[in-house]
Amino acid sequence: MNDRSEEIRRVAKRLLAEGKADVVIGFRDSRLPLRATPHFARTPAEADQLVWGLGCTSNLAKYLLDREECVAVVAKGCDVRAIVATVKENQVNRDRVTIIGVPCAGVVSWQKLEAVLNGRDLTEAIQDGDTLVLRGREFEQRVAISDLLQDACRTCTVHEPVVCDVRIASSAPAGGRTDEFADIREFEALSPDERWEWFRREFSRCIRCYACRNACPACYCEQCFVDSTNPEWIGKGNDLTDTLIFHIVRAFHSAGRCVDCGACERACPMGIDLRRLTRKVQKDVKELFGADAGVDPDSPPALAVFRPDDPEDFTW
Amino acid sequence: MRKYARIERDALPSHLDAWIERYGVFAPMMRDGVRRFGVLSAGSDAQPGPWLTKVPVKEMFLPQTECLYRYRRGTNGGLEIETPQDPARLRLIFGVRPCDARALTLLDHVFRSTDRPDPYYCARRESTILVGIGCSEPRSVCFCTSVGGSPFGEEGLDVLLVETGGDYVAKALTLKGEALIAEMPEAAPEDTETLIAEARRHAEASMGDAVLTAGLKERLDSGFDAPLWDRIHEPCIGCGVCAFLCPTCHCFDLAHEADTRSVAGDAGRCVRGWDTCMFSLFTRQASGVNPRPSGKERMRQRLMHKFRYFVENYGEAACVGCGRCIANCPTACDIRETIARIDDAAEADSHAQET
Repeated sequence: MNDRSEEIRRVAKRLLAEGKADVVIGFRDSRLPLRATPHFARTPAEADQLVWGLGCTSNLAKYLLDREECVAVVAKGCDVRAIVATVKENQVNRDRVTIIGVPCAGVVSWQKLEAVLNGRDLTEAIQDGDTLVLRGREFEQRVAISDLLQDACRTCTVHEPVVCDVRIASSAPAGGRTDEFADIREFEALSPDERWEWFRREFSRCIRCYACRNACPACYCEQCFVDSTNPEWIGKGNDLTDTLIFHIVRAFHSAGRCVDCGACERACPMGIDLRRLTRKVQKDVKELFGADAGVDPDSPPALAVFRPDDPEDFTW
Repeated sequence: MRKYARIERDALPSHLDAWIERYGVFAPMMRDGVRRFGVLSAGSDAQPGPWLTKVPVKEMFLPQTECLYRYRRGTNGGLEIETPQDPARLRLIFGVRPCDARALTLLDHVFRSTDRPDPYYCARRESTILVGIGCSEPRSVCFCTSVGGSPFGEEGLDVLLVETGGDYVAKALTLKGEALIAEMPEAAPEDTETLIAEARRHAEASMGDAVLTAGLKERLDSGFDAPLWDRIHEPCIGCGVCAFLCPTCHCFDLAHEADTRSVAGDAGRCVRGWDTCMFSLFTRQASGVNPRPSGKERMRQRLMHKFRYFVENYGEAACVGCGRCIANCPTACDIRETIARIDDAAEADSHAQET
C-alpha cells in the first residue's frame, strides 16, 4: 500500500469519528489490475479499504449529487473542478462536503491499456518508477505510464486541486503541458466533409449505453432529453442521426460547464473520442468568454453572466 | 458422416475461403478499434482467437436496432404493413466462444419457444451455422464453469474447433456441422475425444476462483427486501454497458417512428431496440410513476432476472460467465463480488435468525 492510501484511510477514519462525515467516498481495489471501484466507507473497517492509485479513474463528484448525508470525498484535481462547478450551479451544498484533495499526476486509460494488451489477459500490474510492468499468463511487458495516461490527464491544468479541506500530502506533479487545444485547432482546420467523415466513423459505433452521460458530473438533468417519451425528441436506437443528436446536444449542454475531466471518455466501452466535441465547446467558451468551468470558486458560471459586450458574431 | 476432422493451420484459410463461397461468413475482427463480429472477405484475414469480442455474438441475432415492419395508410384508408425480409443466404459465424454460443441457447428459451417464437430471431438462428473455438486460456474475468458452462462447452455450436499444437481438430455437433466438415481429413474419434477432454480439463483447472451460484436462487427468493440492496448499487452509475454487452441480456423496447416525409404520421416503422432494466425509462409509466425509482431497484432487478426469474422460468440462470460486464463496467463493479455479497448477507441473516 502506498503512503497516500494510508493517509486517506487515516483522514477518513478521523472524519467519520469526529462526525464530520457520515460517509467517505473514495476508491477501493477491484479484482482487476489498474481498476479501482468507487467505495462508500461508513465504518472504520470500510475506511481501511480505501486506496489511491493509477486506477482511481471515476469522477467522484458525480456521487455528491442528490446526496443527503454529510460526505467527505477523495478528490483529484478534476473531481474538485467538478465539485466547484456543481456547487456554483447549486447542485451540491458545499457546507455538507469535506473535500479530501489528492494531487494527481494522471490516471490510466483502460482503453489505451486494452489497445496495448490487444486481447491478452492482464493479471498483474506493478508500478516501477515511471513504468508499469504488465503481466499475464505468458507475457511481461514494460510500458511507460505516460503512454497509458488518459488524454485528459495529459492536458490537465489542475494536477493540484484548486480547493480542498484536507490535502493529502505529496508533491504536485510537474506540469510540462503542451498546447492544450492543438488537436482541436487541427480538427477545426479540416473541411466540413472531412469532419463529417470523422464524425460518422467515430460515432457509428456508439451503442447508446449512456455511460458517458451517466459518468459525467455535469450531466444531472432530472430528465435527460433523450429519455423524454412525450415528446420523443430523438429515436432510441443506434441510427446515426439519433446518435449524433444525442452527442451534439450533450456537448452543447456542457458548454461553460464541462471541466474536461474525461469521465465520459473513460466510461465509453467503445473507445469513442468524446472529448473532441466537448473540448471544441470548451475552447470556444474559453476564447470567447474567458471562462473555464470549475477553476475559480468565486467567479460566476459562464452561462450565468451577461455582458453587453459579449461576443455574438457566432450567432446568426 | 464423420464427426471428427483435422484442420492444419495452413489449411484453415482455404477452408474459410470455401465457406465464403457458400455462405456469408462472419468472424471476430477489429472494426474501428473495437473487436466484434464482421464480414470475413478472405480466409487469410481471419484471426481465429478465441477472442472475447467486446460486443458478443448476440448482435448477429438481436441487432441493436431492427425494423420489425413498415406501415402506411393505404389509398382506401386501410393500413398496409410490410415486413422486411432478411436475405435468404445462409450465414456462418466463425470463431464463436463457447460462452457466447451457450448464451444463444438461453436466448432461445425466450425467442424460440414453441408457443411464441419470434420470427426475426428464429429466421436468423435457423439460417446460421456456428463454428466455435474452445478457450484454451480462460481470462481472469471468466467464470463460465460456475454457471454451468465450460471453456470447451458444446451447447449451441454446430462445430467445435480445438487447437492442438498449432493445428485444429474439429468436432461436428449437429447435422449442419457434419456437412461442414464432410470433406476435411477425418480424425480418429477416440483420440480426438481424449484430446478435447484433456484440453478441457486443463482449461477448467486454470479458471479463477469459483463463484458460488449454488443456492443463489433460494437466497434471492427470500432476499427481495434484504438491506444489502441499499448498498450494493452505490458505485453503479446506471448506464447500459453491462446489459448491452451481456450475451444473454435481451430486454428490448418497441417504438413507432413516423416517417419524416409522411403527412400526419401516416407512414412509419416499428423499431425494436436494445433496452435495459438499468435505465430509469425502462419502467417509467405513462402516468409518470416509476416502480423502480432508483439504482437500488434497478440493479436488484437485473440480478433477480438473471439468477432468480430466469431460473424459475427456464431452469437455468441467464449468465454464461463471460466476464464482459466486469471488464467493461465504467466503475469496475464486479458481478462475482455482488453474488458473493448476496451470499454473505444471506448467511448473516440466517445467523441472526438462529440467535
